[in-house]
Amino acid sequence: MKNSSNETFHLPKLERQPFEPRALKSIVLSSITILSAVFACVPLFSVLIMLIYRGGKRLSFELFYALPPTAFETGGGFGNAILGTLFMVGLAALISVPFGILAAIYLAELGKYNKVAQIARFCAKTMTGLPSILAGVFAYAAVVLIMRNYSAWAGGIALSLLMIPVVMLTAEEAIKMVPQAMKDAAFGMGCTQTQSLVKVILPVAMPGLITGVVLAVARAAGETAPLLFTALFSDYWLRVNEPTASLAVLIYNYSGMPFENQIELAWAASLILVLMVFILNIISRAIGGKKRI
Amino acid sequence: MKMKSLLQVVATGAAVALFVLPAAASEVRLTGSGASFPAPIYTTWFKQFTRANKGIQVNYQAKGSGAGIRDFMNHTVDFAASDAAMKDEEIAKVAEGVQLLPMTAGEIVLAYNLDGVKGLNLPRSVYPGIFLGKIKKWNDPAIVAANPGVTLPDEEITVVTRADSSGTTFVFTKHLCAISPDFESGPGTGKTVNWPSEAKMVKAPKNDGVTATIKQTPGAIGYIEYGFARMSKLEMASLENKEGHFVAPGLEGGQAALANAVIPENMIVWLPDPAGVDSYPMATYTWMMFYKKYDSPEKAEALRKMVIYCLDEGQKIADKAGYIPLPANVVEKVRAASANIQ
Amino acid sequence: MAMKQLSGAEESHSLSRPPSSVDILFDKSFRALTCTFTWATILLLAFIVYKIGRQAIPAVSTYGLGFLTSTTWDVNAHEFGILPEIWGTLYSSFLALFLGGFFGITIAIFLTQDFLPHKLEMILKNIIELLAAIPSVVYGLWGIYVLIPLIRPVADLLHDNLGWIPFFSTSLSGPGMFPAVLVLSIMILPTVAAISQDAFRAIPHKTKEAAFGMGTTRWEAILRVMLPTASGGIFGALVLGFGRALGETMALAMLVGNANEISLSLFAPANTLAALLALNFPEAGELEASVLMYAACVLLLITLLVNIAGAAIISRTGSGGKK
Repeated sequence: MKNSSNETFHLPKLERQPFEPRALKSIVLSSITILSAVFACVPLFSVLIMLIYRGGKRLSFELFYALPPTAFETGGGFGNAILGTLFMVGLAALISVPFGILAAIYLAELGKYNKVAQIARFCAKTMTGLPSILAGVFAYAAVVLIMRNYSAWAGGIALSLLMIPVVMLTAEEAIKMVPQAMKDAAFGMGCTQTQSLVKVILPVAMPGLITGVVLAVARAAGETAPLLFTALFSDYWLRVNEPTASLAVLIYNYSGMPFENQIELAWAASLILVLMVFILNIISRAIGGKKRI
Repeated sequence: MKMKSLLQVVATGAAVALFVLPAAASEVRLTGSGASFPAPIYTTWFKQFTRANKGIQVNYQAKGSGAGIRDFMNHTVDFAASDAAMKDEEIAKVAEGVQLLPMTAGEIVLAYNLDGVKGLNLPRSVYPGIFLGKIKKWNDPAIVAANPGVTLPDEEITVVTRADSSGTTFVFTKHLCAISPDFESGPGTGKTVNWPSEAKMVKAPKNDGVTATIKQTPGAIGYIEYGFARMSKLEMASLENKEGHFVAPGLEGGQAALANAVIPENMIVWLPDPAGVDSYPMATYTWMMFYKKYDSPEKAEALRKMVIYCLDEGQKIADKAGYIPLPANVVEKVRAASANIQ
Repeated sequence: MAMKQLSGAEESHSLSRPPSSVDILFDKSFRALTCTFTWATILLLAFIVYKIGRQAIPAVSTYGLGFLTSTTWDVNAHEFGILPEIWGTLYSSFLALFLGGFFGITIAIFLTQDFLPHKLEMILKNIIELLAAIPSVVYGLWGIYVLIPLIRPVADLLHDNLGWIPFFSTSLSGPGMFPAVLVLSIMILPTVAAISQDAFRAIPHKTKEAAFGMGTTRWEAILRVMLPTASGGIFGALVLGFGRALGETMALAMLVGNANEISLSLFAPANTLAALLALNFPEAGELEASVLMYAACVLLLITLLVNIAGAAIISRTGSGGKK
């Protein structure tokens, strides 16, 4: 198809012979790619299937409005943990998305070549290796000890520490990948740098930005350690100035229990956590993904 | 630009979540953190207590005894719980004073995975040897001698220990040190110890990790809490006590062990090797820590109420949950001491 | 495309005009804002290091640099060293980066270079992003209950027949380096695949068409044109994946075996810094907590050094070229 419009040139052979070395190499590489992609997908789907199988058994409406059961109760749910996760991850996104994207704009466009940008880039890369438990220890020292209280606020701040570098580094790459011609065109029309950023570069980079945000949210939503040191857990409904329940800590608590009911809930909670991220992914793509190049 | 609308969605969602919830009435809310060993029974107690007492709400999060003590010393919680009590120098750092109260007790068992072998007897000369790596096979003559009529396989023993730092390890190693001089001069007592490399050793985090590893590894043995082993239906070994009797883990053996200990003024007592014919050799109390002086009298009153509830109602479910109820004389002592919480 | 958006956004004005003073003011404050957040990133890391470093001071002054080269970890004797953990962290992360990176990039190529219909590509892309959200506890459980029994026969076979190769020199003890590395690679795979895919997708169509127009085969186009063009984004993906591998705690703690040993063998139990932190911090006393914070600082330093080294390699080989 790609080589079909050349009749007038009378090139010797436009059809490629399958056993010509170059074509052969291409075929071999394609097969390897397909094989290894399929091979790599097997464990991924195996994890997903295990999750759906074990979590799906317990899916019911009760999960969303009931409070967590104690060791010997049957039934129960984790409505409070869903709310707590929504609140804390939402707060963390509220902090980290503007933070990450604005800093990324500076790294990728405005201060591309200066020292500050380079140092900041290394700082962000270093922060990606921050173990989640350290984010918790830090937020404990910086927020909980000062407020003298566990709270959803502290939890959100701890999670934002994990999200900032992910949002920032993916956003930087996404912005950098916007073709120079588009930027030049915007300048050529008399745009200020801000206008070209807001009206051209960011919309074009949007799919990449969303990937970064979704990955960051996905990571933050499943992290236990930061919340264990900042939000603790609660068996009651959400109060943002008090210890707060979250799905991640619920999974951590219940998956380690010997009680069947709680273990089932831990699996169901894992599944719902993944579904929540899935829904976020779809919504954000529906909102932000319309403008595609 | 579009990111903003995404943010608005998130923000609105969060705001709605806030307003939907009922505003806080004049309630006393208590927060505790610490030991994970008694967490199942504590959370049950606290939920029932909260239900029975309008206007008081108790929250407990298991994050480890050490973390609980740190929280307690940093005043980020109202009370804490610990399997290893609290050290004197730690107590000295709390200006308000500390009241420790034993709230329940538990047993540590040796759970194993051997096809078709039930109720294994382990003499006190043997099980320290297993954990020291000196006894390596299940059909070791010393084990066979203690189990007449049982066919033991010619299989290597895989020893499963805790990977994380834990109060369970502390109690277990304290017991091993009390009965085996070799163990005392070797690994010693601690929340984590350096297990000898002679044994075929696997480490797993937390009780559930050890439980899963034992279940997954034929020929494995490991130490876990009684409640855990019972709920997960693992086989547990009967251990030889100080008087030379083999006692299976369970309520009777545990209560007999506790009956032999006298609780001192500071409420801290260890049972590294309890006397008594019927005593199961590895039992331990677990504590809650309170300040002696609280800023708000309502809080102190609620905490006292909570302690009394745990003593009266709470002990009734202890056995069902896999813990040992406190002996009657200890209950009275704790009740009296709870008056120190002011 | 850009033209369309521009004209849409400024419909009532003529297509081009000089920026008004409001525009310029807005421009300046926006630039200042981005600069502020860039500085904030640096200050944030400095603040984190300060807070953690301050808690590490007692340990640093007690144990000094010997901490990095000692191999004992004995809480009761107050002897601490993290060489095995440093080794385990680097070993597991690099292996996982290698595996996860290879398969992640392969998946990205598979899902962007017209191997599949577009609809299917998008569905698979979403599923893979979804996998990033699975809590690490679930990966840990999957490792214990599914992966280890599965690899046990393979590992025994390798050990029995190829035991003279250092990588297979011990028998599989259950939890160990090999299962840990496999699970780590699976955990970083979604990150690498998702970001690399975006890097490929962001390449304008005309670039690829130009390559095909010159008569390249599909793979010549991928290897010589697409990969180099997307290399910046792919490198970014690998950085994030590597960071995740270095900092991962719970799943590793469940699978790595937590032994204080240095071994080349893939089947031997090992330990990592992050797992050490997660397992010991909850019960740590004052001195031990300080020691653990010292270990945390070392981990951050390792992350920084590896990234500097990575950036240096990239700029030397000069493959970061695009535009």
